Amino acid sequence: MGLTTALLALAGASYVALPAGTLDSVLARDTDREPTRIAAFALRETPVTRAEFKRFVDAHPPWQPGRVPTVFAGAGYLLQGLDDTAAPVTGVSWFAAQAYCESEGARLPTWYEWEYAAAADATRTDARQDPAWRARILGWYARPANGPLPVVGGDANVYGVRDLHGLVWEWVDDFNALLVNADSRSAADPDRLKFCGAGAIDLQDRQNYAVLMRVALLSSLGAADSTGTLGFRCAREVTR
Amino acid sequence: MKRRLLLGSLALALASSAPTPALALPGDSIYQLDATLTDQRGQPVRLDAARGQPVLVSMFYTSCQFVCPMLIDAARDTEAALTEAQRRRVKVLLISFDPTRDTPDKLAAMARQRGLDASQWTLARTDAATVRKIAALLKFQYRALPDGEFNHSAELILLDAEGRIAARTANLAGADERLVGAVRRQLAVGQP
Repeated sequence: MGLTTALLALAGASYVALPAGTLDSVLARDTDREPTRIAAFALRETPVTRAEFKRFVDAHPPWQPGRVPTVFAGAGYLLQGLDDTAAPVTGVSWFAAQAYCESEGARLPTWYEWEYAAAADATRTDARQDPAWRARILGWYARPANGPLPVVGGDANVYGVRDLHGLVWEWVDDFNALLVNADSRSAADPDRLKFCGAGAIDLQDRQNYAVLMRVALLSSLGAADSTGTLGFRCAREVTR
Repeated sequence: MKRRLLLGSLALALASSAPTPALALPGDSIYQLDATLTDQRGQPVRLDAARGQPVLVSMFYTSCQFVCPMLIDAARDTEAALTEAQRRRVKVLLISFDPTRDTPDKLAAMARQRGLDASQWTLARTDAATVRKIAALLKFQYRALPDGEFNHSAELILLDAEGRIAARTANLAGADERLVGAVRRQLAVGQP
């Protein structure tokens, strides 16, 4: 265990404050072409680890595999088991992630909050237009995911948040709100009538595959689903 | 969920001779969520208040101009396809996406305007976090837009007596025969 994670284990979860700002999201609709305003919030420095989730499940037996109702966590839930390592926990449903965050007096971040934090690199709050930034993330996607996951505690971005890229995919609170069509390049929305609010869904930045792949994955999931590469971190309001 | 499990084990402890405690819910029931809503009369109403009966459930918001009125019509048409006796045994639950604006007064105004009988129809609101959880259970997608509208899927869902999703339809033009058939089947199951 690295020094960072050892300290985290001693101090409880560490949250980093992010200032209010604006975000040009990869998601866009015809009604919100203006940049999205993000209120100040606090984000967990690292994803929740296997050791942390183990402590949660030990303290909250209804979330143990085999006891949790299938409506909250399906067959893939904690399939890899839990241990005392600082590797990020995966195999966790949205409901389980939400319950964990509530136990820390927190919640899952919204998509916009996550995207806002994840747009940064070590020195810039928005590094997304830098081809090197994109290439690094796509390089991670291309790595085979068959070994055990490394522990949390990668390099901090400009806000002090770690591991937003390069380790796991992450749940967001509004994963079921991203509403991406199979093909958003066409203006004629075949499912237009399925949605209220005129349903004109579009992707603002089609070059940004690195982030769009996240959107595609999250949109394909149900709240009881889990996968071996999907973890989470929590967010909090900032009290000032 | 915690309290429900606690009650369940309590019932087991008290009635160890009873083979199946009536309180045990199936694992795939949306009533596993321990949630309290507020109805159009301003009264607290639990998500599982209509347990024991089939329920037509959907999500909406009162300021919606387009699909939401169709949703109410579709629920009405579904009811209208039933006999009077059948109709009395099916509840309708509409949950708002819009906790900020949909106060009980707003819900009551809509119920009045659409002539919805409060003994059968519950229009309800709850906090934003609970809305998200209910939507996740019902597999409803929704997103607040900057202009105060919501982008959301529009479906009518049938819950069985134990809160499991028995049928759903996105066909809101009139009564969907498959949904009506599913309601009749659920009512037949519940018949002594």
